[in-house]
Amino acid sequence: MDNFVALKDVHFSHGQRTIYDGLSLTVPKGKIVAVMGPSGIGKTTLLRLIGGQLRPASGSIKVADEEVTQLSRKKLYELRKRMSMLFQSGALFTDMSVFDNVAFPLREHTELSEDVIRSIVLMKLEAVGLRGARDLMPSELSGGMARRAALARAIALDPDLIMYDEPFAGQDPISMGVIVKLIRSLNESLGLTSIVVSHDVDEILSIADYAYIIADKKVVAEGTPDELRDNDKAIVRQFLQGEADGPVKFHYTEDDFAMDLMGEAHG
Amino acid sequence: MDRLARLGATVTDAIAGIGRALAMLLGAIIGKPTPRKSWPLFVQQMYVVGVLSLIIIVVSGLFIGMVLGLQGYTILVDYGAEQSLGPMVALSLLRELGPVVTALLFAGRAGSALTAEIGLMKATEQLSSLEMMAVDPLRRVVAPRFWAGFVSMPLLALIFSAVGIYGGYLVGSGWLGVDEGAFWSVMQSAVDWRDDLMNGIIKSLVFAFVVTWIALYKGYRCEPTSAGISKATTSTVVTASLAILGLDFILTALMFGG
Repeated sequence: MDNFVALKDVHFSHGQRTIYDGLSLTVPKGKIVAVMGPSGIGKTTLLRLIGGQLRPASGSIKVADEEVTQLSRKKLYELRKRMSMLFQSGALFTDMSVFDNVAFPLREHTELSEDVIRSIVLMKLEAVGLRGARDLMPSELSGGMARRAALARAIALDPDLIMYDEPFAGQDPISMGVIVKLIRSLNESLGLTSIVVSHDVDEILSIADYAYIIADKKVVAEGTPDELRDNDKAIVRQFLQGEADGPVKFHYTEDDFAMDLMGEAHG
Repeated sequence: MDRLARLGATVTDAIAGIGRALAMLLGAIIGKPTPRKSWPLFVQQMYVVGVLSLIIIVVSGLFIGMVLGLQGYTILVDYGAEQSLGPMVALSLLRELGPVVTALLFAGRAGSALTAEIGLMKATEQLSSLEMMAVDPLRRVVAPRFWAGFVSMPLLALIFSAVGIYGGYLVGSGWLGVDEGAFWSVMQSAVDWRDDLMNGIIKSLVFAFVVTWIALYKGYRCEPTSAGISKATTSTVVTASLAILGLDFILTALMFGG
């Protein structure tokens, strides 16, 4: 199977803290791949590594058969025109209307006339159900609308790959349902490859073709949603069923509680 | 030994910071010119950074000129030299107060706004999203703001001095009775185009470069949190103000010191 993204034995540290210690995963072309894991294990970092915003200490990251870690700045920027990222906050430009936000990548990277740009922007906004909100400013949008407007901007240049960073975080059930459907339908209608980083297990497993669970600095489980649901590994069970304690500790590493209290009392 | 190590680390950090600031600036201003895209951004920033600073500059210039006129008159009249009020006001403004006070006001109004704006763009991932859209944030965000600051501050300083001189004239001639003809003619003969006006403009260009650079760097490197942006904004005003005053002494010594 053709892989659009392939990470092999990636090591990455942030200061003294090791984030990835030999991470490997692949994303097949045309599929939706979910990346799940507890908070703070570097899921967003993974997307930034794929996008070339961060460089690993070692290992290989290939996107569309290009080794991202070796690319010059110019070639990296060329490659980024084929990929898009939906940020957790939406990251809409606050000084531009919804229309101008979606038109932005087209104006930056193409020589299209304003008439053609208008048609494309309206088509993209129609796809996310926001054609009527084209003149609103980002501050006038709800969280769900901002996420959808950002999605329209992300597909403006018809990319091959979209990376979603926690697309369901902080959404009400209706917005969440709309975004879940949008990710699936855009992937099918535009022939995209999608990587969705999330810890909303039910939503993401309902649309993913394949999923990875990352914990302890590497991939601890992978498979189709059904395979993961049948997986007996303790960490997979804990994550999918949302149990407080298990291989992943609820408490941040600390000394014994009683000793700590005594120490405070006497200190 | 620890103290020595800490001192060493502080110095190394400071040098690394200057290196990063330089790299940011060079990344922003060096590259293939793209006037079709850059010009509208520059014009927009000239409005935000320059035009919107006009009110504070004009009002401050007027009052400082009026105070200079009043203070100058009360000193000069004791020596019967009130005819020299014109050159006193003009030279004070063109050589010192115009460039320095404009730069201080600019750091407080436009510099802090630049830091906060870029810091907020960083905190809300707008800079990252530009990068992911294959648009260099240094060229798109930093460069137009830098050029707007660099061009607008000397113009603001000239306006400050012109309004200040008029304020001095209003008080000196209109209120305190200094002869109007003497005020202007003595000023005209005493002010030298190169020594006074040009040196003032050179000072202003140096301040513009440094203040805008500091403001942009502090925003670009700030910690992307509300506390981080607040700290960066304060740091912009403090660092830029100290830099202005320190550089003013050096430039004055070089220009007028002997």
